[in-house]
Amino acid sequence: MGFLAYGDTGWGDELFYATLMTIAVAAAAIFIGFFLAAIFATFKLSKSKILNIIGSIYTTVFRGVPELLVIYLFFFGGSSAVMYVAKIFGYDGYIEVNAFLTGAISIGIISGAYSTEVFRGAIQSINLGQFEASKVLGLKKKIYYYKIIIPQMLRLALPNISNVWQITLKDTSLISVTGLVEIMRQSYIAAGSTRDPLFFYSFAAVLYLFLTFLSLKIFNKLEKKYSRGH
Amino acid sequence: MDLMIESFPKLINATILTIELTLLSLFFGIFVGIFFAILRTSKVKFFYFFSYYYSYIFRGTPLLVQIFIIYFGLAQIEWIRESFLWIFLKEPYSCAILAFTLNTGAYSSEIFRSAFETINKGVLEAAKSLGLNKINTFFKIKLPIAIKQSLPAYGNEMILMLKGTSLASTVTLLDLTGVAKHIISTTFRPIEIFILAGSIYLLFTFIIHNVIKFLEKKYDYNSVK
Repeated sequence: MGFLAYGDTGWGDELFYATLMTIAVAAAAIFIGFFLAAIFATFKLSKSKILNIIGSIYTTVFRGVPELLVIYLFFFGGSSAVMYVAKIFGYDGYIEVNAFLTGAISIGIISGAYSTEVFRGAIQSINLGQFEASKVLGLKKKIYYYKIIIPQMLRLALPNISNVWQITLKDTSLISVTGLVEIMRQSYIAAGSTRDPLFFYSFAAVLYLFLTFLSLKIFNKLEKKYSRGH
Repeated sequence: MDLMIESFPKLINATILTIELTLLSLFFGIFVGIFFAILRTSKVKFFYFFSYYYSYIFRGTPLLVQIFIIYFGLAQIEWIRESFLWIFLKEPYSCAILAFTLNTGAYSSEIFRSAFETINKGVLEAAKSLGLNKINTFFKIKLPIAIKQSLPAYGNEMILMLKGTSLASTVTLLDLTGVAKHIISTTFRPIEIFILAGSIYLLFTFIIHNVIKFLEKKYDYNSVK
């Protein structure tokens, strides 16, 4: 257990910060995903054919191509795009783009493809009669959305959002290939310097299990909260 | 464009490995999945919990961790290195297949389990009153119904596994993603290679999608033929 000591002699503190990093990237990614999903779900539901096609291309490509390939696209593509701009300003060296940003964006785009389908299903399931009812009651549009539509959508979408979150959380392990020090990368470093990969990768597995277990508990609570009255 | 034409044969060569890994893992994974799905219905508490935690652990951790534990971790245990298992476990190829098989087995076991659970009790009673024995009931009644039930979800799992094989590149295998990464990191032209490799993956996703659709129609007993 000396391996996990907190401080200079062990890897406890490093792994603790790495776990926080995993949570931070996953959270950033899922919010980027929600933002994209809000846009592409509207595209998919719109009457315009072109927007429908754009929406479908987005969800098909990013759910059908391996996550790792997408990460490589943004990892190498991001820095070459920045280097291209730097060249215009006369700088001619290698620039590496922030690994956190690369990771959050690439995982976020993948997560968004899954969320788009979730949002679309949730929006479609809401009865249009409610819009008319709230109009008759004289509710403002803002109140209509916040008090009537969103709570109902959340109830239906929460189990699926929970699934997307689990996928996103596990996908963050792939960002380790870009050098961002999250759980996997930190375990790799620790395994290399102690020559005990079995211990550190198993410990990484335990950390992920803990995170997925914890998020399941939180989502179960939320689901209960939003399904009162049902 | 030149780069795309130049790298196309390399990527096609790598695709063979990707297909190989996908098919082998799915093939072995089906048996693992059925095995654990049956264990899950067992009345013996130990079997039930063994199957429950197996699927919980493999579905709750990233595939990358699973590959690393099997490839880097197991090599550390001395008795494994001295046993016949070492012939397989020193090779990244068999380690990757082992990890993929165990992973897809966990997901499939959940799919098969829920398929077995949704079988109508009346059907089983009918089989009993017709005098079918347990083995016949399983192979002639339960299994075909369960296959039909699980097809849509299993199709998704096949696509996830196809994408999952890209992780083989992290243990030095040169599959489609591995070769794509190699070309990108030497040419710094990620977009062209992403389009090319991505299209190959999408082509196979499309094929899987349609095969499943075809099978769903074939196993659809409810509609009149």
